[in-house]
This record gives sequence, structure tokens and C-alpha cells, in this order.
Amino acid sequence: MWLYEKKLQYPVRVSKKDLPMARYLLTQFGGPNGELSAAIRYLSQRYSMPTGKAKGVLTDIGTEELAHWEIIATMVYKLTKGATPEELRRAGLGSYYAIWDKGIHPSDSNGVPWTAAYINTMGDPIADLHEDMAAEEKARATYENLINLSDDPDLIDVLRFLRQREVVHFQRFGETLNHLQGYMNGKKFY
Amino acid sequence: MDRSRVTMLRELQELEFALVELNLYLDTHPNDNKALSTFNNLAAHLAKAKKNYEARYGPLINFGHSGPVSSWNWIDEPWPWEIEY
Repeated sequence: MWLYEKKLQYPVRVSKKDLPMARYLLTQFGGPNGELSAAIRYLSQRYSMPTGKAKGVLTDIGTEELAHWEIIATMVYKLTKGATPEELRRAGLGSYYAIWDKGIHPSDSNGVPWTAAYINTMGDPIADLHEDMAAEEKARATYENLINLSDDPDLIDVLRFLRQREVVHFQRFGETLNHLQGYMNGKKFY
Repeated sequence: MDRSRVTMLRELQELEFALVELNLYLDTHPNDNKALSTFNNLAAHLAKAKKNYEARYGPLINFGHSGPVSSWNWIDEPWPWEIEY
């Protein structure tokens, strides 16, 4: 069961309409290293974890990623508010507008739709945790690229928050990996 | 936008952030009693802050988790992405 809390995890302020930035940010909504990929990856991997600790970490981080997914959509929503078709066209979003209007579609900045091919659920806890740690670093790097592309201090503040969460998640997944390795070494394999 | 609403929301965001962070930390350090007591202390603060916010602006959580309501204001705007901070 999931519940929805009618508030953002972190306040989103943007200081101006910025269509190119909205397009770049879209990759964290529906791109390979985005928040949707993260949430679906962790929440799908829970079922084959051998310990309560690993199940808990994946449940909690997967749930937090959904809150980040909402933050990204909110940034895109605010950055594109009031944009005309002509403005969208000039920002390189004409083809996006032709297909999806002002809807926020889970696709990357190039319009490639989200796919489950971005994630793995190997069933092997060690392989899955390694994927999760790599995913957090890839998301951290993506946030750094996005910060480099923005000149809006309000937007950068939110991106810095999201970047920092990737660092914390990497840390927690690392601890979970150590725990799983200890757990599996304690078991006898023939 | 109602500034006191934004102030109350920010207080909720601060408390809940600390609780998310402590929750993840406790997942991998379940025997840290100091973290556990901070978690419990903040959880009590959060319950109070949520009650105050909900009394003015309606339920924060759907499906009955925010308690009984006198009118169906769950659907009232603004929704989270529409709020100007």
C-alpha cells in the first residue's frame, strides 16, 4: 500500500520561465538515470532481497525517489508555465508540443520515452545492489550536468538538494551491500 | 500565495526531511539508540505540526489517514506543484 502526502518533499521555486532548462530536466523525469527509473528499480528489486534490512532500504529509498519524481515534474511545470507554442518551438520543444502538448511525459530530453530496459531486477542481491550504487552515482553526475546548465539560483538550490540525496542513497546502499555480503558469506554454498 | 501556508509547509518539509534521513540511517544502523530517540522526538513534533496545518488547509494524506473531515476538501487546490514558495 502507498499513501500520497499532499506536499512536496522540498520547496520548488523558479525565478523565471526557462524552456531549454525544462527540456534538459526532463531526463530526470523519464530518462535512463532519472527518478522514475530509480523508483521502479528499487521497488521492483525488493522482492528478491534475503533480509529485512535490504527490503527496508529498497522500500524507503524507492519511495523517496517517487517524491523526487514529483519535484522534477514540478520544476518542468513551473519552468514552462504560460509558454506559447511559438516559444516552445523556438526552444526546440516544437516536436514535444506536437506529440504531448503541455503534458509532462516520462521521456528523456531528446524525447525518447521511458523504458523498463533502463533497469534490472537480477534476483541476485549482490548484483542488484551494485547496480543501485552505480545508478546513484550516474544520477549524481546528471544533477551536476544540470546544475552546470542553469543560471537560476532558485532552481540550482533544488538541484543541489536532489544531488545530495543521491550521495546519501549511495552511502546507504553501500552499507546494505556490506551487510548482504556478510549475510551471504555466513551461509554455506556448495 | 498565503505566506503562513508556505511557512507551515516549510516547517513540515524540514521535519519530514530530518525524519526521512533518520529513517534511512536507522535502516542500516538499527541499534543506534541516540538516532532512535531523535527519530521519536521529531516524529512527535511532526504529528503536532501536521495537525496544525491540516486544521487550516485540509488533509495532507488520502484514504482516511488524516482522520475524519467535516467537508471533502481533499480535492481543493492548490495541489503541491501549484504552490508558489
